[in-house]
Amino acid sequence: MTCKPILLAIPLLATPALADEMWISNEKDDTLSVIDIETLEVVRTIDVGERPRGITFSKDYSVLYVCASDSDTVQVIDPDSGEVLHELPSGEDPEQFVLHPDDRHLYIANEDDAITTVVDTESRTVVAQISVGIEPEGMAVSPDGKIAITTSETTNMAHWIDTESQEIFANTLVDSRPRHAEFIKEGTELWVSAEIGGTISVFDVATQDEITKIDFAVDGVHPDRVQPVGFEMTAGDTHAYVALGPSNHIAVVNAETYEVEDYILVGRRVWHLDFNADRSLAFTTNGVSGDVTVIDVASREAIKSIKVGRFPWGAAFRPTGG
Amino acid sequence: MLKHLLASAISLGLCTTALADTLQVPLIWLRHAEAERPVLSNLDPIPEDRGQAGAELGLSDNLTTGKFLGQDYSLEVIEIPPEADPLPDARAALARSPYMVLDAPAETLLAIADLPEAQGAMLFNAAASDMALRGENCRANLLHTKTSYAMQTDALMQFARAKRWEDLVLITGNAPEDAAYAAALTASAAKFGLTIAETKPWIFDADMRRNAAQEVPLFTQDLADHDLLLIADVANDFARYIAYNTWTPRPIAGSEGLRPVSWAPVVEQWGAAQLHSRFQDLAGRDMTPRDYAAWAAVRAVGEAVTRTQSADPTTIRDYLLSDNFELAGFKGRPLSFRTWNGQMRQPIPLVTRAALVAQAPLEGFLHQRTELDTLGLDAPESPCTAFQ
Repeated sequence: MTCKPILLAIPLLATPALADEMWISNEKDDTLSVIDIETLEVVRTIDVGERPRGITFSKDYSVLYVCASDSDTVQVIDPDSGEVLHELPSGEDPEQFVLHPDDRHLYIANEDDAITTVVDTESRTVVAQISVGIEPEGMAVSPDGKIAITTSETTNMAHWIDTESQEIFANTLVDSRPRHAEFIKEGTELWVSAEIGGTISVFDVATQDEITKIDFAVDGVHPDRVQPVGFEMTAGDTHAYVALGPSNHIAVVNAETYEVEDYILVGRRVWHLDFNADRSLAFTTNGVSGDVTVIDVASREAIKSIKVGRFPWGAAFRPTGG
Repeated sequence: MLKHLLASAISLGLCTTALADTLQVPLIWLRHAEAERPVLSNLDPIPEDRGQAGAELGLSDNLTTGKFLGQDYSLEVIEIPPEADPLPDARAALARSPYMVLDAPAETLLAIADLPEAQGAMLFNAAASDMALRGENCRANLLHTKTSYAMQTDALMQFARAKRWEDLVLITGNAPEDAAYAAALTASAAKFGLTIAETKPWIFDADMRRNAAQEVPLFTQDLADHDLLLIADVANDFARYIAYNTWTPRPIAGSEGLRPVSWAPVVEQWGAAQLHSRFQDLAGRDMTPRDYAAWAAVRAVGEAVTRTQSADPTTIRDYLLSDNFELAGFKGRPLSFRTWNGQMRQPIPLVTRAALVAQAPLEGFLHQRTELDTLGLDAPESPCTAFQ
């Protein structure tokens, strides 16, 4: 019986792809770093197009979509081989995108063009382009697929798009430089972070009315430098983990009370994050320090820094059935 | 002589849907040209549309936001040659709009601000860095989006302090603005505990493009010992010829070398690349500090109109000077206005021609209100009373 762990370990070593993975886009290296979630080490580095930023997997994780911003394209990548399968028309300078729940349509923010582009990933065609505010960035689609959101950084708005007609049906002002949007609580609330405003605005999706605004304050850091960017929800949407940019902290926000419960020190200029399968670990991309901080969600402590490429931007989890 | 242009929402192809409910916000861009000083080098010509292109970009940004909110902005461009009297045109323009962005010397700014027609208007100084405009000659209807000399030189002295370059010498040009810049450098050095051991006026009238290698070593040979050589030459007439020709190998700063500026193409972070690329598309050239100041003025009005849903100048002024106003200015921190003299507070990039070296306020320079107020005239030292 004592040899059992060894027997288990051998197949794991022989086929490292069995462990779940965290994929990181490195904006200034034109690469992706693949982190093995068991060993917390980079196991693969994959060359992609210029200035990769937004990354997301298809619903069955069979392909990865990458915004190659300076190549003006979305690349579709086979995550097993790391090969670029084909490219999708994306409009100019795609920065961030979201995959519709139908697993087929990508909603893409074209940062330089003030446009949201809707691409059909099957026919590989652009099905709609929607004029939005200046420097669109944050993208979200409601869980029922009916509403898409684009936030525009210089116009300081969330644009509410009807995915049936592909037209804007509402515009709501948020604080300066909105960066990221998420539908939470089964799509009843929309959260929008504002980097320069230093807040997250919470909206009632049914009415588009603002419910509240969440403020942040990190000890010893001037409020101007506390800049919320990416955020993701823990299991059951009970808490949000909010990346606070150049304040180098993650805020843990109680999603019921809208109170900040904790601040966790991570690497420099923390930008986005994602969780592992059971959401027990968070992986944050730290642009300036060029690394990923791994946070243990239970203890709310950073447990490891992992060196990746230059200027890590996005993070996307991939289960591999291991 | 006068060039009046009207760039309206319609000419930019951004039609708003319901014109009846549309809030109309006309803005004026008025330039009273200054006679340009002849300089030795032809390498950096002053763009014809300097400042104006920044205002136009601000207009375009405002229009994009406005189309979602039923706001329509327009920009009327008025150009007045140096020898002409700007007041008749300014008077007439103020009857058409209370929002005027000015690219003009200090005397013109004050003359316009003092017009009866300008009382209750919102004027923006997008060109002049003179200290008196923020001090004893401040006006309640004149806000400043252009950085003052003191903001620029405080930024540089913070850097020298952080580097422990404590011994400084200064070469000054002969133009009045060189003297103003030199005075600001001297005051900033004192503010941050540094000493300018010697100030030496530039004396040559020869063509330094040919002579710098012969003249500058001798000119700098007898300077006091120093860690950093400062140059006050606002038009960059001779400053560019100093580097690498000095008697002792020392870094240079001020008008050449390490320059404290409100904006430069080398500022890449904080989304600045997007602003540069929008500006390049519009103007086909780099965005200068005056373009940035004009852009910030037009955007400040747009941001205030958006947040207050009003085009009334008193409402807008109150909002701009309140704690609620913040403008995302692509420099990593929100920009706002100082309530004691109407100066827009903003970070100051310290740049070479190829890269951003640092951005002030530097870490460690603290202030009870905001670290941005370590740059320029702070409330207790401001002689301005018009805002009280």
